[in-house]
Amino acid sequence: MSLPPLVEPAESLSVDEVRRYSRHLIIPDVGVTGQKRLKNAKVLCVGAGGLGSPALMYLAAAGVGTLGIVEFDVVDESNLQRQIIHGQSDVGRPKAESAAASIREINPYVNVVIHNTALDRDNVKEIFAQYDLIVDGTDNFATRYLVNDAAVLLGKPYVWGSIYRFDGQASVFWAEHGPCYRCLYPEPPPPGMVPSCAEGGVLGVLCASIGSIQVTEAIKLLAGVGEPLVGSLMVYDALEMTYRKIKVRKDPNCALCGENPTVTDLLEDYEDFCGNVSTEAADAVVGSTITARELKDWQDAGKDVFVVDVREPAEFEIVRIPGSVLIPKGDILSGEALSRMPQDKQIVLHCKSGVRSAEALAALKSAGFKDAVHVQGGVLAWIKTVDPSLPAY
Amino acid sequence: MGAVTVKVPTSMRHLTGGSGQVPADGDTLRAVIGKLEANYPGLGARLVDESGALRRFVNVYVDDIDVRYEQSLDTPTPDGSTLWVISAVAGGS
Repeated sequence: MSLPPLVEPAESLSVDEVRRYSRHLIIPDVGVTGQKRLKNAKVLCVGAGGLGSPALMYLAAAGVGTLGIVEFDVVDESNLQRQIIHGQSDVGRPKAESAAASIREINPYVNVVIHNTALDRDNVKEIFAQYDLIVDGTDNFATRYLVNDAAVLLGKPYVWGSIYRFDGQASVFWAEHGPCYRCLYPEPPPPGMVPSCAEGGVLGVLCASIGSIQVTEAIKLLAGVGEPLVGSLMVYDALEMTYRKIKVRKDPNCALCGENPTVTDLLEDYEDFCGNVSTEAADAVVGSTITARELKDWQDAGKDVFVVDVREPAEFEIVRIPGSVLIPKGDILSGEALSRMPQDKQIVLHCKSGVRSAEALAALKSAGFKDAVHVQGGVLAWIKTVDPSLPAY
Repeated sequence: MGAVTVKVPTSMRHLTGGSGQVPADGDTLRAVIGKLEANYPGLGARLVDESGALRRFVNVYVDDIDVRYEQSLDTPTPDGSTLWVISAVAGGS
């Protein structure tokens, strides 16, 4: 399915612009008119992280006239393995500013608009309304559903990509012409069932593989060339080096863009929709949560604690709380590790940030370990408040 | 009984000892998933929820057929077919 160009051409290209974009101009399918369309285009990139980095850089180099960046985070050293729009000297700087500086260096003709904020239900429509097309480079289900819903409600095309370890997926969701994200994935996974990249890792260069598909699709939509990925899902497996294109149907029963929608406005709470912590876990942590500092005090006072790290072995190798024992969450949830839990010691669970340990705590409590507790904020809180010399990841 | 190949996404490979491709058999998707759960405990539960329905963050294709638009868990899995499990992942930063 080919679609008409999304953007009208700008009036003209300057002599400098003709020189800069000459390799585009001599492609018959792009030409002067296509380049003028890019010049007139307004593209918003949600996130200036793994996918946002290559996306913003190539969109800038390609001559997209206005690039918006939504990003509230600051550059951390652990970002630099893949977030190539930022550099060593940017550590500690707001990502939106760092990204904007890189874009200006790549192409001074781009008008960069910084939205140094977290996207939420109160600002998303106002921000999206200023753009022709949205590129999604976020990192969690709650924001992805928020982006999708706002894009559908405003009738905006939405170039989507997601990554995990060696796998990537990309598509174009545009309810007017095909399926939306909810047609493909009507509901997010239950909390803890699908790990995030912060938990499971991601091959840095995978961001480029998927980000470049997103930019390619954005350019095709803006200029009206080729066959866009509307109604198709690209599935990339870097280990097997295969790309597979799968047909995605528009779901007539889609809650948002189907024939009888039940979702007619943004949801009140996307975190809740994604159940970021299960009800059991949320219940389990009440009155059974300690801080990293309290754990340290217990250890210093000689309290008989059994500190269980519920992360994965690779994470345990990177950094650990002294005296902790590795028992991955899965082994606790399956019941396999319950026999290793002492009955006569204070059990203290922790993970990286406190989500997985909350799930493990719920399982332990229901298995009868009523006095078990977990550490709020996990090993990251330990590093922050007890031993800043340890590496955060 | 149909011998099939199941393609497992990275986010579920900790349940298959790291394998991205595992053999299974069964005449329908339901039977294949039952076999998967028997051979790789936890994998079936990733695909089917407590009520026995296909989970909504997972898409399963029998070759090129999206089972949600066919007979869901009763979709036939012919001998030699490939089952593709496509799971939602949210990573991007």
